[in-house]
Amino acid sequence: MKVAIIKYNAGNVCSIYNAINRLGIEPIITDNSEQILTADKIIFPGVGEASSAMQYLKQHNLDSVIKDLKQPLLGICLGMQLLCRFSEENNTPCLGIFNQDIKKFTSSNKIPQIGWNSIDTLSSELFKGINNNEYVYFVHSYYAEISENTIAATDYGIKYSSALQKGNFYATQFHPEKSGFIGSKIIENFINL
Amino acid sequence: MLTKRIIPCLDVKDGKTVKGINFKEIKDVGDPVELGKLYAEFGADELVFLDITATHEKRKTLSTLVERIAKNINIPFTVGGGISSIDDVSILLQSGADKISINSAAVRNPQLITNLANRFGSQCVVLAIDTKFDNNDWYVYLNGGRIKTDIKAYDWAKEATEKGAGEILLTSMNHDGTKQGFAIDITKKISTNVNVPVIASGGAGTMEHFYDVFTDGNADAALAASIFHYKEIGIPQLKEFLKQRNISIRI
Repeated sequence: MKVAIIKYNAGNVCSIYNAINRLGIEPIITDNSEQILTADKIIFPGVGEASSAMQYLKQHNLDSVIKDLKQPLLGICLGMQLLCRFSEENNTPCLGIFNQDIKKFTSSNKIPQIGWNSIDTLSSELFKGINNNEYVYFVHSYYAEISENTIAATDYGIKYSSALQKGNFYATQFHPEKSGFIGSKIIENFINL
Repeated sequence: MLTKRIIPCLDVKDGKTVKGINFKEIKDVGDPVELGKLYAEFGADELVFLDITATHEKRKTLSTLVERIAKNINIPFTVGGGISSIDDVSILLQSGADKISINSAAVRNPQLITNLANRFGSQCVVLAIDTKFDNNDWYVYLNGGRIKTDIKAYDWAKEATEKGAGEILLTSMNHDGTKQGFAIDITKKISTNVNVPVIASGGAGTMEHFYDVFTDGNADAALAASIFHYKEIGIPQLKEFLKQRNISIRI
């Protein structure tokens, strides 16, 4: 099993590397197109800001590499948002895998949302063996609305998509690598797809 | 619904936890990694490691420790203690820390908060405030509580969040170590008026104290050290207690 973690300028990849490593797999961290294209599973992590991340991806031709992937990819946090069409964060056009936009929370709740919140209406093999209303760890100020791609939903003032899927593209707004046992199970499910 | 967080704090010196610890299940009671793992298994929502080493060698020791923690722990963790530059933070984040907490250095140079937030994102910048009530108000103290400033804690919290702090860790020196409960008034004042999460710290002695700081104090998270280390309160027991009282909590 060859797992590639896409390396770019958004956040550190330590946690996701360690999480996969705990499953007994040694992932590679790379921005090399060839290595990404030949991996069995691809992780697209991300903590940071949308426009500078998109700029970096384009400069390194990683935008088209990602769009062309046929094997399972898991976007995490900013990684998920970049897979959408457009982000309100600095009005950034994104990759457009998911035909929907990323909006900023406007509720009276604190922003960013930081902490453990529950996921429900789970509907994907990504959540095999996981019950509705389990808790996972979130850190974000922007969100994806509920859509036909929604495979998990969460409530933070409004109900939004905490995970999306379209074909081979999977994505979670939360951090499975920081979500204890439940998170490990989700990563394991992805690796076993 | 977003849950309230329970956060054990571990004081680390030269790579070992300092306070005497009562956990008999683990072999090396001084090993912060083992303790952290145990807390994570017990249901801690997050961990804070506070480095109190005072030597120049500390950065190396600390980053090695952070790497070990990151390899073994699957919940978020924050590292604090003597952090004063972008380089300090960069090393810790690269080693696997999720957040860093800054204290005295941010008071001396508030621009540091903005620089760190721009570089690494607000979500990993926790502003720690040590505060004490005297002369009818809450004032900020530096260097582990040894130096008083004329800055009011509430003003500093407002300014720091405007500068980019993503979270506030508020410790009341009047309450710390007393086990008489958290500082409800200042916690509430700050938590209600800033738009970032506030972690209350100092004074936890009973499970009711946590209930009070989450309800009356409006805290988003509560941090404690000795009551967990000495097993006076178990984390699962505390979480069950809070859940039964309708506090949103992760079990």
